[in-house]
Amino acid sequence: MWGEIMKVAVLQIEGTNCEEESYAAFKHFNQDVEYVHLNLVKRGKKRLEDYDILFIPGGFSAGDYVRAGSIFAARLKAIAWKELKKFVEDENKRIIGVCNGFQILIELGLLPGVDGISEVPEAALMVNDSNRFECRWVYLRKERDTSFSKEVPELIALPVAHAEGKFFTTSKILEEIEENRQVVFRYVSPSGGKAEYPWNPNGSLNDIAALVNSYGNVMGIMPHPERAFHWYQHPDWTRKKREVGDGYYIFKSLLHHK
Amino acid sequence: MLKATIIVRYKQGVDDPEGKSIKHSLELLNFKDIQEVRVAKYYEIYLDKPLEEGKREVEEMIRKLLVNPVIHDYEMRVEEL
Repeated sequence: MWGEIMKVAVLQIEGTNCEEESYAAFKHFNQDVEYVHLNLVKRGKKRLEDYDILFIPGGFSAGDYVRAGSIFAARLKAIAWKELKKFVEDENKRIIGVCNGFQILIELGLLPGVDGISEVPEAALMVNDSNRFECRWVYLRKERDTSFSKEVPELIALPVAHAEGKFFTTSKILEEIEENRQVVFRYVSPSGGKAEYPWNPNGSLNDIAALVNSYGNVMGIMPHPERAFHWYQHPDWTRKKREVGDGYYIFKSLLHHK
Repeated sequence: MLKATIIVRYKQGVDDPEGKSIKHSLELLNFKDIQEVRVAKYYEIYLDKPLEEGKREVEEMIRKLLVNPVIHDYEMRVEEL
């Protein structure tokens, strides 16, 4: 799919953030990207099916009341659940949720999606073990190549900024996730070894930082690739030479996946 | 008028970091012998509906938004005011 222009929707409601960084990242690759507020979908002015990629950004949608992401998810479900399911069942379409976007995909039942789509949540992104907002750079090891990670090096650094990022689920579902090889990125120590706190910033089970559904076309990731798109966004830019930021490779994979 | 009260708490066995922090803070205030602190959310919802219909609607609210069944248990009561 090199050279083909994709239609990308960066979804918004009140309280989403980093839309501009995400928008700029897609623009950098000359994609046909636009901001789509959920109300436009509700009023029938925009249709999900018209896009190739849905990008659900980070932030504190609807104030993170009730649980992080739950209000965005409930509203999206009420407005366009059928369309969303159709979207996910189309293997050429992809959804990526970052941070709050990951929380939304979990609350929707689109992730972990061990058997495809679930009508009820199968997991949760809970309050961090530290009971604090964790805002720092973390290291991630790529666990497998997917259409979201194909171009990504084995070990990357990205920033996290969340209070509710501990991936939690039943032991049965966790086993299925591992069996299906749905983990895309795990938190690791700076040398690439097992992550203890603070390298696993939230106490996530099995150090899970990013997951893909069993179809391979929906990914949720807690760290923010759009905040590390350029080399100069890395805190060690004076010491380590990079051509691009580590988040760049996730967008590149997403756009050059075939 | 109906009043629905809903308490949403973590299931037994699910970690409650907020409860742990509060326990620690209470201990710093010299409260001793605290075994555990568990935090829950309490909702009051007032509805203008007949009782049975109201109950069904509150159950739907719980299912659609208030509870994530993987981590939460809940108690619900709906009464006429």
